[in-house]
Amino acid sequence: MRIGFGLVFALLTGALWGAIGSVLIGITLTLVTGLPGTPIVAAGALAGAAGAATISLRSAHLRSLGVAIASVLIAVLVLLATTKMQPFSIALSEAPIFQAIAIVLFGLGTSAGSWLCLKGIEPGSNSRYKRELLLVRVFKGVGFVFFTSIVVLPFYVMVMTSLKSQQQLLLSPMDLSVNFAQSPSELFRSYIELFTQFNFGRFLLISTIVSVFTVLITLIFSIPGAYAVSRLKFPGRDLLSRSVLLIYMVPAIVLVIPLYAVFSQLGLRNTLTGLLIIYPATTVPVALYMLQGYFKGLPPELEEAGLMDGLNRIGVIFKITLPLALPALASVSLYVFMIAWNEFLFAFMFLDDPNIFTLSRGVVSLNSSEVPRQHLMAGAVVATIPIMVIFLWFERFLVQGLTAGSVKG
Amino acid sequence: MTSHMPLGGEDKKKLPRPRKGLGPMAKKEAILAFQMLLPTFAIVFAIVLVPLLANFWISVKPVKLADLRAPAPVVSERVRGDMDVADTPFPIEYRLRGSSRAKPISDIVLLDTLPPGLSITALDPACTANGSNIRCEVARLEPGERKTLTISVTATAQFAAAPVSPRGSKPDISGFADNILTNSEFTLDNFKRIFSATEFWNVLWTTLTYTIVGTLGALLFGMFAAQLLNTSFVGRPILRGLFLFPYVAPVIAVAFTWVVLLDPFSGTFNAILVRMNVVDAGINFFGQRTAELNFFGLVVPFPMALSTVIAFEIWRYFPLSFLFILARMQSISTDMYEAAEVDGASPMQQFWHISLPQLLGILSTLFLLRFIWTFNKFDDIFLLTGGAAGTRTLTVDVYEQAFAISNLGAGAAVAVVIFVALLLFALFFFRFLNQEES
Repeated sequence: MRIGFGLVFALLTGALWGAIGSVLIGITLTLVTGLPGTPIVAAGALAGAAGAATISLRSAHLRSLGVAIASVLIAVLVLLATTKMQPFSIALSEAPIFQAIAIVLFGLGTSAGSWLCLKGIEPGSNSRYKRELLLVRVFKGVGFVFFTSIVVLPFYVMVMTSLKSQQQLLLSPMDLSVNFAQSPSELFRSYIELFTQFNFGRFLLISTIVSVFTVLITLIFSIPGAYAVSRLKFPGRDLLSRSVLLIYMVPAIVLVIPLYAVFSQLGLRNTLTGLLIIYPATTVPVALYMLQGYFKGLPPELEEAGLMDGLNRIGVIFKITLPLALPALASVSLYVFMIAWNEFLFAFMFLDDPNIFTLSRGVVSLNSSEVPRQHLMAGAVVATIPIMVIFLWFERFLVQGLTAGSVKG
Repeated sequence: MTSHMPLGGEDKKKLPRPRKGLGPMAKKEAILAFQMLLPTFAIVFAIVLVPLLANFWISVKPVKLADLRAPAPVVSERVRGDMDVADTPFPIEYRLRGSSRAKPISDIVLLDTLPPGLSITALDPACTANGSNIRCEVARLEPGERKTLTISVTATAQFAAAPVSPRGSKPDISGFADNILTNSEFTLDNFKRIFSATEFWNVLWTTLTYTIVGTLGALLFGMFAAQLLNTSFVGRPILRGLFLFPYVAPVIAVAFTWVVLLDPFSGTFNAILVRMNVVDAGINFFGQRTAELNFFGLVVPFPMALSTVIAFEIWRYFPLSFLFILARMQSISTDMYEAAEVDGASPMQQFWHISLPQLLGILSTLFLLRFIWTFNKFDDIFLLTGGAAGTRTLTVDVYEQAFAISNLGAGAAVAVVIFVALLLFALFFFRFLNQEES
C-alpha cells in the first residue's frame, strides 16, 4: 500500500469534517441545553483527521465495518484526549447525557462524512477523475450541511423564542432550550395571550376567509380564460398566451398610490371587499398561465367527442376538462391560497380597523416596542403553521404545477 | 353538361374567392373566447392598467397626501340665549369655515330643519326658509375665512315647556372645491425634485446592487441546491420540502424572525459569533450602514445593512430557482452522462459540458423573472430595515416620498422611473436573447 497525496487529501477531508462537526454539534448542544459550551474547533479538526486517516490507510476495497467502527472510536478518543476531557469547554459532569450524545454524534458524523467522501480513494496517488470526485463529494457534503442549517436555524429560533419569557431572552440569547419543568400554560403563555388579548383567533379566521374567497374568485376568472387561450382560436391568442405574465412587470407599489386614492373615495379602502377585489387581480394572470399550460397538454379528442355529442363549451369545461385537470387545479389553488395568505403590502396599506385585520396586518401590529418579542415570534408561528401544514400536505401537487410546462421548454 | 363545367382560365372569376378575415364559424369562436376572457381583462384593466396610467397622471401633478380628501366646508351650530323662555327671540348661529387652509370653497349650500314649535323671527340675508326648513347659500369662502349665519327664532309655550335642541338635527352642508387630482394643474417639479437630489443616485445604485447581486445569488444557490438533490437518496423528499420553507412561509414571519435572530444584543446569531470568538461584540446587521473591514492594511467599507438584506433576499428566493432548475435537470436524459463516464470525463467536466448548456434556457428565464421581481420588491426591505442604513431602493423610496413625506406626486414620479427602467431592461434583454438565438 503506497502512501502519497491521497493520504494528504484524506487528512484534509477529515479535518474539514471534524471542524464542521464540532462547530455544528457544539452550537446545537448549547442551543438545545442552554449550557455555555464552546466547541474547540482545532481539536475537532484533529480528531476528524485521525478518523479519516484510519479509513484511508486501508485500501478502498478492504474497508469493512470494523474499519468504520475503528474510525469512530479513534475520532472520539482523539477529541477527548486533545481537549482534556472537555470537548465543549465545560466539565463533562454538566448535563452528562447530552454531552455524551453530542460526543457520539460527533464521532459518527465526522467518520460518516469522511467515509462517504473517501469511497474508492486510495492513500497513494489518485487519478484526476478520483480527485475531482473527492472534491465534488466534499462540496456536496458541505452544501448539504450548509443549506440544511440556514433553512432550519431561523425557524428553530422562531419557534423557540415564542416559548420564552422576556427576561430569559435578554439574559441568555443562546439558550433556546425548552424548559419542560414549566406547566403548559406557562410555556405557551405567548400564544394564550395572543388569542385572548390580541384577537389573533379573529385574524386567523379573516385570513382564512379572504384566502379561500380569493382562490374561488381567481378560479372563476381564470378557468374560462385559460380554456379560451388553450382551445379556442382567435386573433392575438399566441401573443396573449406568451405575454400574460408581463403584467407582473408592474410593481405593486406603483398601484398602491392610485388605488389608495380611488378606494378611499369609493369607501372601499378600509374593507375586506376592497382586498377581495385587489387580490384576484394579482393572482388571475399567473393562474391563467399555469392552467392554460396544463390544458394545452390535455388530449383534445375527448373534448371534441363531447362537442360532437352536443355539449356546449361550458358543458365541455365542466364535464370533461376540469375533471381531467384536477392536479393542475389543486396546485393553482394552493399557489393562489399561499399568495393571498402571505400578502402584506395591500393589507398593510389599506386596513386600519383592527376588527378586519388579516394575519399579516395583525403580526405587523405586534412589532412595537410595547409588545414583547416572544409575542411577535408567537404571531409569526401562528401565521406560518397553517400554510406550512397545507403546503407539506400538498407538496407534490405544488411542485408539479409550478414546473409543468417549464420542463418541456 | 359539358358546356357548363368550369374549365381553366375563363372561369377563374366564377370560383368563390377565399374570404379575408374570419369566417362565420371562426368569428363565433373568437366572440366566445372574448366572452370567456372578459372577466380577466376587466379585472386586470381596472386594478392594474388604469392605476398604472393614473400613476403617470399623478406624477405630473403637485399632489400631497392631504389632497386626497378634497377641501370641504365645515359647519358648527350654536344656540345662544335660553330655549325655555317663550316668546323671546333667541339666535341660532351657524359657523362656517373651510377644511383647507390653502384652497377656497365656492357654491356652498347649507340645509337644516328646525324642530317643531319654533318660529322664525329673523333670517340671515343669505338664507331662505320654507316652513321649518332652512336653506342658506354662500357664494365663496376664502381659505381661513370664517362666516357666521344667524337665524333668530322664537319659541312657543309648548316648546319652552319641553325644549328640543335645534342641534339635534345636523345641518347638511356641501360646497365645490378644486380637486387637485382632476384639475388641469400640471407640473414637472416632482421629476425635477427627485432627479436633482443626490440621494436619488444613491437610491438607484442601491437598487441595482440589490437586484443584480440578489438575482445572481438566488440563481447560484438554487443551482447548487438543485445539484445536491439531483440524485435520489433516502430522505430526499423531506429535504426538498425543507428547502422550500423560506419561500412558502409568510414574509412577515421570516422577516421578523431574521430581525430577532440578528439583533445585536439579544440575537442568537450574534451570540453564536461571540461564543465562537469570531467577533468581540454583536454586529448590528440591519442598522449599520457600512462596516470597515481590514484587508491587509487596506480599509474596505463594506455595506453591512445592504448585504444583510441581500442575504435575506437570496435565502428567501433560492427555493424557487432551485425548484425550476431541479425540474429541468431531472428531465435531462442520463444517456449523455453515461457516455461521458465511459469516455472518462470527470464530474466537473460533465457539469460544464453537459448540464450547463441544457440549463441555459431555464437560467435565462429565471434571471429575467427574478430580476423583475427583485427590482419591484418592497415588502422585504420595508419589514427588515424600513429603508434605513443605506438600504433604500426605488420601491421603498416610493413609499417614503408618498406616505412618509406625504408627497404623492414625488412618489408617483419615482414609480414612473421604476416602470421605465424595467421596460428598458426587458427590451434590452429580449434584444440580447434574439441576438443570441440568431
